[in-house]
Amino acid sequence: MSTATEHTEHTDGHEAEHHGLSDMQYIKIALILAALTAIEVSTYYVDFGPFFMPTLFILMIIKFVIVASYFMHLKFDNKMFSYLFYSGLLLAIAVYCGFLATFKFFIQKG
Amino acid sequence: MAETAISHGHDVGHGAHSSTGMSNNKLGMWMFLGSECLLFGGLISTYMLYKGRVNEGPQPDQIFDIPFTSVSSFILLMSSLTMVLAVSAAQRKDERNMNLWLVITALLGATFVGGQVYEFTAFYREGLGFTTSLFGSSFYTLTGFHGVHVSVGIIMLMALVGMNRNKRIPGDRAEVVELVGLYWHFVDVVWIIIFTLVYLIPS
Amino acid sequence: MTIIDRPSTDVAVVGGAPTGVKPSEALGVFKRPTASTSWRDWVVTVDHKKLGIMYGVTAFFFFIVGGVEALLIRLQLIAPDGTVLNADQYNQMFTMHATTMVFLFVMPMAAAFANYFVPLQIGARDVAFPRLNAFGFWCFLFGGLFLNSSWFLGGGADGGWFMYAPNSSTLFSPSHGIDFWTLGLQITGIASLTGAINLIVTILNMRAPGMKMMRMPIFTWMILVTQFLLLFAIPVITVALFLLSFQRSFDATFFDVASGADPLLWQHLFWIFGHPEVYIMILPSFGIISEVLPVFSKKPLFGYPIVAMSGAAIGFVGWGVWAHHMFASGLGPVSVTVFSMATMAIAVPTGVKIVNWVMTMWGGKLTFTVPMLFAIALVVQFTIGGLSGVTHAVAPSDTQQTDTYYIVAHFHYVLFGGAVFGLFSGFYYWWPKMFRRQLSEGLGKWNFWLMVIGMNLTFGPMHILGLQGQPRRMGVWTEARAGEGFFNLGFWNQVASIGSFVLGIGVLMFLVNIVYTHKSKKIAIAPLDPWDGRTLEWMTHNPPQEHNFDTIPTVSHLDEFFHRKYETDATTHAVTQVHSAEEVMAELNAHPDEHIHMPSRSYWPILLALSLPVITYGLIYNRMLMAVGAAMTMLTMFGWSMEPSTSPDEDFDPPAPGEGGGHTKELSPLG
Repeated sequence: MSTATEHTEHTDGHEAEHHGLSDMQYIKIALILAALTAIEVSTYYVDFGPFFMPTLFILMIIKFVIVASYFMHLKFDNKMFSYLFYSGLLLAIAVYCGFLATFKFFIQKG
Repeated sequence: MAETAISHGHDVGHGAHSSTGMSNNKLGMWMFLGSECLLFGGLISTYMLYKGRVNEGPQPDQIFDIPFTSVSSFILLMSSLTMVLAVSAAQRKDERNMNLWLVITALLGATFVGGQVYEFTAFYREGLGFTTSLFGSSFYTLTGFHGVHVSVGIIMLMALVGMNRNKRIPGDRAEVVELVGLYWHFVDVVWIIIFTLVYLIPS
Repeated sequence: MTIIDRPSTDVAVVGGAPTGVKPSEALGVFKRPTASTSWRDWVVTVDHKKLGIMYGVTAFFFFIVGGVEALLIRLQLIAPDGTVLNADQYNQMFTMHATTMVFLFVMPMAAAFANYFVPLQIGARDVAFPRLNAFGFWCFLFGGLFLNSSWFLGGGADGGWFMYAPNSSTLFSPSHGIDFWTLGLQITGIASLTGAINLIVTILNMRAPGMKMMRMPIFTWMILVTQFLLLFAIPVITVALFLLSFQRSFDATFFDVASGADPLLWQHLFWIFGHPEVYIMILPSFGIISEVLPVFSKKPLFGYPIVAMSGAAIGFVGWGVWAHHMFASGLGPVSVTVFSMATMAIAVPTGVKIVNWVMTMWGGKLTFTVPMLFAIALVVQFTIGGLSGVTHAVAPSDTQQTDTYYIVAHFHYVLFGGAVFGLFSGFYYWWPKMFRRQLSEGLGKWNFWLMVIGMNLTFGPMHILGLQGQPRRMGVWTEARAGEGFFNLGFWNQVASIGSFVLGIGVLMFLVNIVYTHKSKKIAIAPLDPWDGRTLEWMTHNPPQEHNFDTIPTVSHLDEFFHRKYETDATTHAVTQVHSAEEVMAELNAHPDEHIHMPSRSYWPILLALSLPVITYGLIYNRMLMAVGAAMTMLTMFGWSMEPSTSPDEDFDPPAPGEGGGHTKELSPLG
């Protein structure tokens, strides 16, 4: 749902500032993501002991950041997009962790 | 929705109509996604608070089918790859591949939603209704909201393909595809979180 | 220089009249609307100034609705054993009064000012997403009407404006009132969210050349902070409203204590939204008076960067204080301590602002015009309300005050004495800009003093009532239990009720003033720059042309307009006027931009917004209707996305010589 009133000369400008990765690189990143997912799922079959939760959390964050940085181009785009998006995300994490903390959510879990 | 009120005089150079050099549309989309973080955060927190409260209904780890959900999660993850390939093709003005990847993305998304529908019916047969317990209500609300987001994404993808066929995408086509792509990837990263917090970490 | 000297009647013609537009039939279902002179233009317009006026008129209508509800409440409490309302009606009345004032008056009225003045203040020709802007207005209008239609369909919501669950579940409130409330607020929430995205993009991206962030007027700064708060707060209330809707419509169990639900869930979600909401209501008014005080003190704002940054600080800390609304709910000592500290901390940036306003006036040449009076009243009344607010931060004291009239007194001092006075200051200050006439100062002073006296008479006694233990939302008091002497509850209730009618007359004076100003022959057209303004919005015609600026100004100072009019002597620091406002504008417009493309009118915003109440009525009454509404939404979104925001060039006929042709304004160079 968008229109831009740019003329063709502007589209040329866009072309010049086109950034991102090549298709081959995207596929490699997808393979990394697939591998990380495989490790995640393996926690269901293999006992990771005390490393269970940390492993899952770290993998989740890595996957999130990879998709946001490369597929969503945050790494290459204007930094303002990153600031806006991550401020929303961090605000959500902070507020809702505070919210769960008042329910003693984290204490129950030990 | 678009940039407007632009002076088209000859003095206007490239990108001079935006104080920061950012596209209005992309900026708007990123803010929408930032706002969506708070929406899904609220739903996820509600689920986290209520996941152990099952009444007489089934426990989460009694009904979750991890192998099945892993496969559907993987499908959604791969749809992000096909989406980024569509964006990349659109930026190269490679229309054939753009259409192809958009259709494949929509199909992968539809597979995911289909899997979710199957999963819901299976859970329902095992005794977890929407009103059975707090776990049931909050689980279906959270995953349902995500499913609706995926469905909206599928509609947008198909609309893009249809409009492109009739050469009717107004404005900068590569940017329109990129915007839909941003939305799609966001829905994917939300699932990355849900998959870990809801499915892989038992109650 | 004909642009300046053009007779005033011509300004209106320049503002509209896109004749000769040939809508493209290649795109969309409808032909593009082209009307501009008739009422139809208000339906299809995407002009930020028209939408601002529409926001303002609608919000003021709801202000009167909410005001009548308030007067009925006070009428009920004017005498012992009140019989004006029964208990059920009383519950609906205070719920709808608060809901209307918060969601349908203060927020959209701030949106009205933001819509009208932010693009002007940053030197833009329109907002970033004009159709989205129109869509936001229609969502607000239809959402508000939907919400209020509950009065005629079985009664309004009756759970109090924060609608605590499980008290708001069907068991305790079987009528449809709360369904209307949740769904209506969802619709107005869409308006707020789209408005937030739109205004943030506008402020970040569409500033005139040289308009750096730290050269933006403070009003624009405060709107920016407010919109960020909205952007992140609206989704939280959306979640809460969805949970409540699912509970009421689909028997979900979120707030069903029998199934083990936690009754604090709603309270937390509501106040995570609700506390930022408080700042969403007050910050725009802070912005308005930060414009008004310097103009009428003939001094620049004291500590501009500090005022801007303290606004941002309020916005940030505002996220960490929500549980101070819940001190009496048994949160536990750790939570109470943390939130108590945070609440005390947030008083600091607010206090900083008050110091800055006082220092702005200090040593200035004050002129006590009506906008200035309202601005000073805000500083005074808000400080009183702010101080009683600090007493809520002290948890033991708050436990005593929770749910008493003391709370009612506090938030009316900050909301009426703060937010509403700021908005009135804005009305008087910007009226000549919007409507070419200055509101009568004489009637304005009546308006002001009646409102100040009325507001203190109404809400002042509530401090006493509250500390004496009168619970908020109490529908009836009896002589037998009213107490004696100075602390007689009956006496102070009567004072408050009388005060509320004085307040009502004060607001009525504003309407009288509008009618008088525009009907009376004695009131002349206002000069171009009636107040000796400082910011860019005064560098346009009264009212501004559709495209705002013939030439987009290049900004080199904070308070750009002031610096174009005045020069400071480098050695003596004496400020002397070197140009009149007319000369500044003439210089600016000597070389107008060519080929200004304005966004084109569209049917889709109103149609898309219209489909939303169809869905929500369907949800309450008939699921088939809901499907119809959903289909309408899909179709209108499709139509919208097929329509370019600005019609392509081939849609415009070349302008006939001598007239502003269509959307493309060909301004022949005058120089």
